[in-house]
Amino acid sequence: MKIAITATGKTLDSQVDPRFGRAACFIIADTETMEFTAIENDNIAAAGGAGISSAKTVIDAGAEAVLTGNCGPNAHRTLAAANIKLFTGLTGSVQTAVEQFNSGKLTETTAPNVQSHFGMDT
Amino acid sequence: MKIAIASGKGGTGKTTVATNLARTAARLGCKTQYLDCDVEEPNGHIFLKPKIDSTQPVTVDVPKVDLQKCTGCGKCGELCQYSAIISLAEHNVLTFEQLCHSCTGCWLICPENAIEPAPLEIGQIELGKAGSLHFASGLLNIGHVRTPSMIKEVKKHLDPDSLAFIDVPPGTSCPVVEALKDTDFVLLVTEPTPFGLNDLKLAVALAREMLLPFAVVINRSGIGNDQVKQYCHAENINIALELPDDIRIAHAYSQGRMLIDELPEYKKHFTRLYKYLETIPDKRHDT
Repeated sequence: MKIAITATGKTLDSQVDPRFGRAACFIIADTETMEFTAIENDNIAAAGGAGISSAKTVIDAGAEAVLTGNCGPNAHRTLAAANIKLFTGLTGSVQTAVEQFNSGKLTETTAPNVQSHFGMDT
Repeated sequence: MKIAIASGKGGTGKTTVATNLARTAARLGCKTQYLDCDVEEPNGHIFLKPKIDSTQPVTVDVPKVDLQKCTGCGKCGELCQYSAIISLAEHNVLTFEQLCHSCTGCWLICPENAIEPAPLEIGQIELGKAGSLHFASGLLNIGHVRTPSMIKEVKKHLDPDSLAFIDVPPGTSCPVVEALKDTDFVLLVTEPTPFGLNDLKLAVALAREMLLPFAVVINRSGIGNDQVKQYCHAENINIALELPDDIRIAHAYSQGRMLIDELPEYKKHFTRLYKYLETIPDKRHDT
């Protein structure tokens, strides 16, 4: 299964970026083989709508789930419309986040966990 | 003739100057308008206490998608620079009306004619009179962000045959630019403090960028330091009016009373300012 993890860098030992819309990178990883690609996020400095555009980026990359720190209402609505599972509150390395996901211990987030523009201040 | 009353810093006395100046001009027999373009928090009505004759809703167009017609081509979302519309798949298009800037692009580009404009109410405009002074004020609905659109609508009520005073929002961002557009002269209200000076410099830079002639009004003169005056002198900027730091002004203001009515000794200040503005050339008569 392909999942997207927000990351501060382009490797599996990068930290999970707490921001979704304005994450530095998205790591698209295969949860079985741990093969991955990194996408730099063009929306990091967007004037607005970063969450929506970032959601579109991970949808187009074929991800079926998203692991991140925080997710606001617009990104949440977009991901939900594409039936993408969302997991928030992740910290540590991308590798650890994927392992946690694989262990089945993560609980899916069914509502945005922060307000709009939350990632502008972090 | 359109005079904008602006400031970089908030709370320097824009509304005090704009309302007292407008009332002074009207009482001197000039056909005068006051337009409150500080649409996120208009307060001119508190002082002018106009009789409101009509309240008009203001709407903007936002996209409405017929999902049955949508083929998921994605052209709408690719075009939109604000992510206000996004196509995820066939029959699956999301719109975020709060982000829409009403550019009309999505309904023009849609090859299936699946998108049409639908009105979204963003606020109201109140029109009325305070004595002989014509009054217009915009109020943006809470939670809406289309401030420049709202200001544009208020300015549609400008009467070309009147002397208009436009109460501009504070700052130097898009709403301020919209309010300043096409005005003939700008009064930049500041206070003689380091904060006042810092934001005055930003406002001066904006007025210069927009090629608008301007002068400075110093409010609460006597507090802070003399750096605003030094700056104006060095930059060759006219100080058109100084209002002293007078506790009675603050007292009248806090009760929603007009300075010129409550403290008649200030009438001459505003009359002098009005006479000064009369000497400013009206762009409409330029060739």
